[in-house]
Amino acid sequence: MAALSIYALTGAALVGLGFFGLLAARHLLRRVVAFNLIGSGLFLYFGAAATRGAAPDPVPQALIITGIVVALAASALAVALVVAQVRAAGRATLPEEEDAP
Amino acid sequence: MSALLACLVLPLLGALAAVALPRRAVAAVLAGVVALTLVAAVGLAVAVHSGGVVRLALGGWSPPLGIALAADGLGAAFVLLTALVMAGVAAAARDEMTPQGAGPRAAFGFWPLMLLLWGALNAVFLSRDLFNLYVGIELLTLAAVALVAIGGRAEAIAAAMRYLIFALAGSLLYLAGVVLIYGAHGTLDIDLVAARDAAAPDGLALALMTAGLLVKTALFPFHVWLPPAHASAPAPASALLSALVPKASFVILLRLWFEAMPDLGTDRALLLLGVLGAAAILWGSLRALVQARLKLIVAYSTVAQLGYLFLVFPLAGGAAGAQPWTAGAWTGAIFQALSHGLAKAAMFLAAGLFMAAAGSDRLGALRGLARVMPMTAFAFALASVTLISLPPSGGFTAKYLLMTSSFAAGQWIWALVMTLGGLLTAGYLYRPMAALFAREGGEGVQTVARARQAVPLVLAGLAILLGILSAAPFDFLQIGRPEAAEEGP
Repeated sequence: MAALSIYALTGAALVGLGFFGLLAARHLLRRVVAFNLIGSGLFLYFGAAATRGAAPDPVPQALIITGIVVALAASALAVALVVAQVRAAGRATLPEEEDAP
Repeated sequence: MSALLACLVLPLLGALAAVALPRRAVAAVLAGVVALTLVAAVGLAVAVHSGGVVRLALGGWSPPLGIALAADGLGAAFVLLTALVMAGVAAAARDEMTPQGAGPRAAFGFWPLMLLLWGALNAVFLSRDLFNLYVGIELLTLAAVALVAIGGRAEAIAAAMRYLIFALAGSLLYLAGVVLIYGAHGTLDIDLVAARDAAAPDGLALALMTAGLLVKTALFPFHVWLPPAHASAPAPASALLSALVPKASFVILLRLWFEAMPDLGTDRALLLLGVLGAAAILWGSLRALVQARLKLIVAYSTVAQLGYLFLVFPLAGGAAGAQPWTAGAWTGAIFQALSHGLAKAAMFLAAGLFMAAAGSDRLGALRGLARVMPMTAFAFALASVTLISLPPSGGFTAKYLLMTSSFAAGQWIWALVMTLGGLLTAGYLYRPMAALFAREGGEGVQTVARARQAVPLVLAGLAILLGILSAAPFDFLQIGRPEAAEEGP
């Protein structure tokens, strides 16, 4: 049980780090990384929290794999948009936040 | 059952075909896919109408191990709405999304994205599994964001990026709620969740999922991404984004609050949703009043019209479960979603035709266009009738049902907000209409073929028909209606 709570705590910490990154970072690539941190944290927490008793539950594993595929697709689109944004505007921030570092 | 599967599989196969097949074959295949899926959607609606809820356990595995699909009146009605709007948009986009008109990249990318969007919408409307719904809205988001960016202009890319950031944050909030539900109950099937034993994380899970879906539905104050995104996409894409995409997350909200966890609908939470909806009606309408571009007016109008949907929560949710007025409120909100979908699609397609003719969507450029394009101007006016909710339109039926139930429930404040919203709607739609029907102007614009002008007219006419023939859809929506909204005497 102790090992499990370490997984859950790590997952929760990743979610927290990701949210901090989402709020604090203006560079769009950092935000994409932040989204991935939150997603990974949630999946880790999912795997840990859904374990009951001795036998592992296969359903969360299937869902996590599906979720990772979805997150990969979203990240790919996000990175493509960041590249397009840099090509169109010359910088990797949103127009209303351009005074940012 | 086969119609249900066809609604899910055909658009996805079509999307693959649109990418893989050579250019000349694509047009014929697309026409076939759109027609077949429309037939499947009608077939599904007929099956639900005659035989009640259509259920399907994927692969023969029943929940909790498998994933259940079901078409009730609510799901089938939205599948049918999607098919009608998609068919209209496809007909309009054949002329609009050409390599000459919209650029080669947009002309190539629009069709697979449109079909992916269609498949994702149907998956959301028909799924009974919370995680499957997550995959559905994520696919929907990715296709919708790409449709915004497809034009390739700098402002469209920035709008798409902002949309993606909001939508991904919403997805993660929803996913966090799903994780908590599975951790507490070991199931994600909506019917099994409804039969669960209450556990401590339920409230937090519902709050997280609701917050995420509100962001995706663009409810005030999470609406800021919507107007730039919907206004900078090409017109056929805007029609899809505005008419259909926010309805998917709204349907999930209905399923959560009325089917999965109606017991958690405390008065305060429901009131909060209603207040946000009322704020959206007023703020969206006021912002629409001051816009100078037609597409921005129509986009802010979407923010306002989505607000009406959320009045269903204080009127029909939670402890008010078995009140006599809840059936009216629940059906009224869905009528609002359906008629807004048809009218808004017509409006954005009409705006696209005006832009094609005048070269701009600034109100000044639209002066006198009604004399050159009477058909499109009439379609725009008909769609406005639905949004202002004058009788006999579908919008009138929707607001009539909502309003009578708010009086019956003794919550007259919502009726007041709806009346104000109707007046403001008339106000912000008067400005483009006054420009269109101006006596002078209209010289030197491009002519637009009559066949292209017919599409928005048909969609706007359907929104009116929904009001005239409202008895049949009213009964249809009651098929498989959740117990929480069951009517009283």
